[in-house]
Amino acid sequence: MRRVYLDHAATTPVHPKVLEAMLPYFTVKFGNPSNLHDIGREAKNAVEEARAKMGTLIGARADEVFFTASGAESNNFAIKGLAQANSQKGKHIIVSQIEHFSILHPVKTLEKAGFTVTYLPTDKQGLVSPDDVARAITKETVLVSIMHANNEIGTIEPIEEIGRITKEKGVLFHTDAVATTGWIPVDVKAMGVDALSFSGHQFYGPKGAAGLFVRKGVRIKPQIEGGIQEDGRRSGTENVPAIVGLGKAAEIAAAEITNRVAYLTPLRDRLQKGLVEKIDHLVINGHPAKRLPNNLNISLWFVEGESMLLFLNMQGISVSSGSACTSRSLKSSHVLTCIGTDAAVANGTLLLSLGMGNTAEDIDYVIETLPPIVQRLREMSPLYEDMIKKEKAK
Amino acid sequence: MEQYSSKVMEHFAQPHNVGEIENADGVGTVGNPVCGDVMRLYIKVENNVITDAKFKTFGCGAAIATSSMVTDLVKGKTLDEALKISNAAVAEALGGLPKVKMHCSVLAEEALKSALDDYYKKQGKPSPVTISPDAGHEHEME
Repeated sequence: MRRVYLDHAATTPVHPKVLEAMLPYFTVKFGNPSNLHDIGREAKNAVEEARAKMGTLIGARADEVFFTASGAESNNFAIKGLAQANSQKGKHIIVSQIEHFSILHPVKTLEKAGFTVTYLPTDKQGLVSPDDVARAITKETVLVSIMHANNEIGTIEPIEEIGRITKEKGVLFHTDAVATTGWIPVDVKAMGVDALSFSGHQFYGPKGAAGLFVRKGVRIKPQIEGGIQEDGRRSGTENVPAIVGLGKAAEIAAAEITNRVAYLTPLRDRLQKGLVEKIDHLVINGHPAKRLPNNLNISLWFVEGESMLLFLNMQGISVSSGSACTSRSLKSSHVLTCIGTDAAVANGTLLLSLGMGNTAEDIDYVIETLPPIVQRLREMSPLYEDMIKKEKAK
Repeated sequence: MEQYSSKVMEHFAQPHNVGEIENADGVGTVGNPVCGDVMRLYIKVENNVITDAKFKTFGCGAAIATSSMVTDLVKGKTLDEALKISNAAVAEALGGLPKVKMHCSVLAEEALKSALDDYYKKQGKPSPVTISPDAGHEHEME
């Protein structure tokens, strides 16, 4: 059976060259970077080399890159660290309603600690309005955090415009670039951000290595204390092999980024076109043009997401579902709710996220496989039956 | 999420009794598309015995599997026996359900009760069925 992995928004495989670069750091070059002997220096040099490569990918200086263990940690660090270190200016934070929970939950925690938060809505395509940001900023505003692109619907936000506004108003600006780093160009200077989160396993690096860019001169309060690592910003012995892997993944991404966009965009468009042609009552979520090149998020009427996901899995195809039934809370996605997706169709959502390993044959296999699954489930669906009867009555 | 039992996957992949019964003696629809599950259950009754049951379900793997199982369980049962089929019995027959999916078995029990209630009403008989206030709340959506 053909196996097609279309869940790159969840995680990516480690690039073979990344694995190769990492391996010596488990057994031979196993040192602790804090040690002064040769074995320690060797590990320290490897970490610093990775830091420089990561900086190059995002247009930052090496000493502006701080490694963490996950994208969620980077987002927690950014929100709490920036707000706490700069709260003398004020205690107001602005975020969008479609941020990842690793932004929304820390923001809630700060709210309980006396901060006030403005949650900006988006339009129906998931775009935050820069004017809304400008209007929301007050004398008390200490931090704005708007994601670079949404991890579910792929909409790419107008970060440069928002960056100009925050700069003019003298407010710190963080962006969660976990979904974009390694997939589309990311440049911290052009974007005008003061902090930016990224994660290695989202772009062919290993799990366990991620990071936060913090512009030189910006104060941030450490969230993990007790050591000297990462210039005192993030204590704990470095995960050297994973950081080396992240550096290698950044180096490969920097060289390939134009090719990635050029390869994935037509492949994704082929998938979208094929499914739209074969399946009726289908809604495409997100912005038609300002969207991640590997993202396709669709909602299908009269069928439920998890049952589609399970049938696709039986045919070797791995995807994600935005349905209430696959989440622990049994609530449908807060992102779909924000963009105004009808609650009845939100439960029939699939997220198909492509990667560099997918071929045109893989895409055609999905275009062949999904429509009969949808048809079978619709024939089983009382909602579909009701719709057909209503149509006939007309 | 916890994984589904092999019995659940069996009933999900090849569900029994999918479809409609023309001129059914009782039909019950429960659930809500917003919550992610809608079940419609049809029964045929002869001499107080359920001779056939079919279903249509919009929902997750567990919703389809519990629909399949409850229609299996109810066939050949007397009306009184059918009234006693509980959600726990449906879940148990499926080798258990993940905790977050137990509500699917509740929905299956409610769909059956709703179909039985419809049967008694169509017969002009007093219905012995007690339906929870949640059952059939999809109608509020329309």
